[in-house]
Amino acid sequence: MSHVDGLKCRECAREYPKGPVNICEFCFGPLEVVYDYGAIGKVLSRELITSRAPNMWRYQELLPLDEPPSVGHDVGFTPLVRADNLARALGVSELYVKNDAVSYPTLSFKDRVVAVAVSKSREFGFDTVACASTGNLANAVAACAASAGLNSYIFIPSDLEQGKVLGTQIYGTHLVAVRGTYDEVNRLCTEIADKYCWAFVNINIRPFYAEGSKAYAFEIAEQLGWRAPQHIVVPMAGGSLITKVHKAFQELAQLGLIDHAETCIYGAQATGCSPIVTAVKHQTDLFKPVKPNTIAKSLAIGNPADGFYAIQTMTQSGGWGEEVTDAEIVEAMKLLAETEGVFTETAGGVTVGVTKKLIEQGRIPRDESIVICITGNGLKTQEALLGKLTEPHLIDAKLTSFETLLMEKEAQV
Amino acid sequence: MKRKVYLTFPQKLIKEPLIYEVGHKFDVITNIRCASVTEEIGLVGLEFEGESAEIEKATDYLKLKGVKVERVEMNVVE
Repeated sequence: MSHVDGLKCRECAREYPKGPVNICEFCFGPLEVVYDYGAIGKVLSRELITSRAPNMWRYQELLPLDEPPSVGHDVGFTPLVRADNLARALGVSELYVKNDAVSYPTLSFKDRVVAVAVSKSREFGFDTVACASTGNLANAVAACAASAGLNSYIFIPSDLEQGKVLGTQIYGTHLVAVRGTYDEVNRLCTEIADKYCWAFVNINIRPFYAEGSKAYAFEIAEQLGWRAPQHIVVPMAGGSLITKVHKAFQELAQLGLIDHAETCIYGAQATGCSPIVTAVKHQTDLFKPVKPNTIAKSLAIGNPADGFYAIQTMTQSGGWGEEVTDAEIVEAMKLLAETEGVFTETAGGVTVGVTKKLIEQGRIPRDESIVICITGNGLKTQEALLGKLTEPHLIDAKLTSFETLLMEKEAQV
Repeated sequence: MKRKVYLTFPQKLIKEPLIYEVGHKFDVITNIRCASVTEEIGLVGLEFEGESAEIEKATDYLKLKGVKVERVEMNVVE
């Protein structure tokens, strides 16, 4: 089934055979998967895709496996919600939420990249997979490794949300919580990756891993009736997702599966960690690394690996970058939940809050199609909401007690 | 082990033979893969080879001298 020719450096274009490598040996540029689009174009059609099961593998020709996936068969095809209530609240006419808060099996879009990475790791013959994570990736790798019967080592900062820690422990992985700053955690994890011959899904398997994100955008286009939206707002951590959303729409257009891919792509970060957005606002290609300080821990990457390419994606597509404070994140999480019944994690609060700002600024027109990317589930980051929601009404177990409450509430109205 | 890093030399250090120095002071092999040096700044892509502790000492030495040392992979926690 493979249509992958090999790997290619994004900077110097030097080509490499398929393998667990991520950096060009000559110029240190990142490696990217190269497909044979001519061959793909001869076999892939809308009809073929829609005849397949509703999961991410319906786009298998555009994913980098040589064999059928060995794990994660049911990942993908999450709802694209027409968000009319939120649209009214934001004053726009056509708004959608792509809801990977209900991604199978671990409730974040990381299920997609990990399904590809772990399947690819097996193809390469690894018996141990690993990752360094702020939570969602940890959950996904632990679950996927368990179902694949692979050994796994997962490294997390010691201050993660409890939901994300528990949601990793349960799968029986070797979970290592590292004390220290994010810089120190990063340094240790790269040293471990250098020393041990494991499949580090987001390091030496990264070119393949990152391709899994494209399925998120393929689904959006298909669910919109085979068209790309005019505007899309994407959360940015390492900056990979936003570049792959762009690549996915371009691939669909190149293959004639959609008419054109002229989507304006906007990146969203939290004010406490916004190196990519800051660079866009200063209209520079270079970003300055920062020390993260935000409740949006899944986006807290101070020195993002794909930051440079994320900046290019936003500026070249006609998009922009914006940021929101922690308070704005919480308000946006509540707004999405109260209008659409979707409970997102803090990263989703970032994209909703940024979308609101971009609309108010006039950067996103009110009468064009907009997609907001929701990439994780609110149950994982409950700490962010503690003390910030209306407390439940406490009553005695008597009907009169309830009716007194009811009268009080009616009086308030 | 091998480690790929980007080195950024500020203007005042451009003329200093710091890569030569770390190769002599510590048990590491220094292998330059790419470089761009102007009158204002020096950017070097370098691969270290050696024991982890020696590479750490070499990078600490460069940082102490005022060279910015960044892992090519940047942040890997995500």
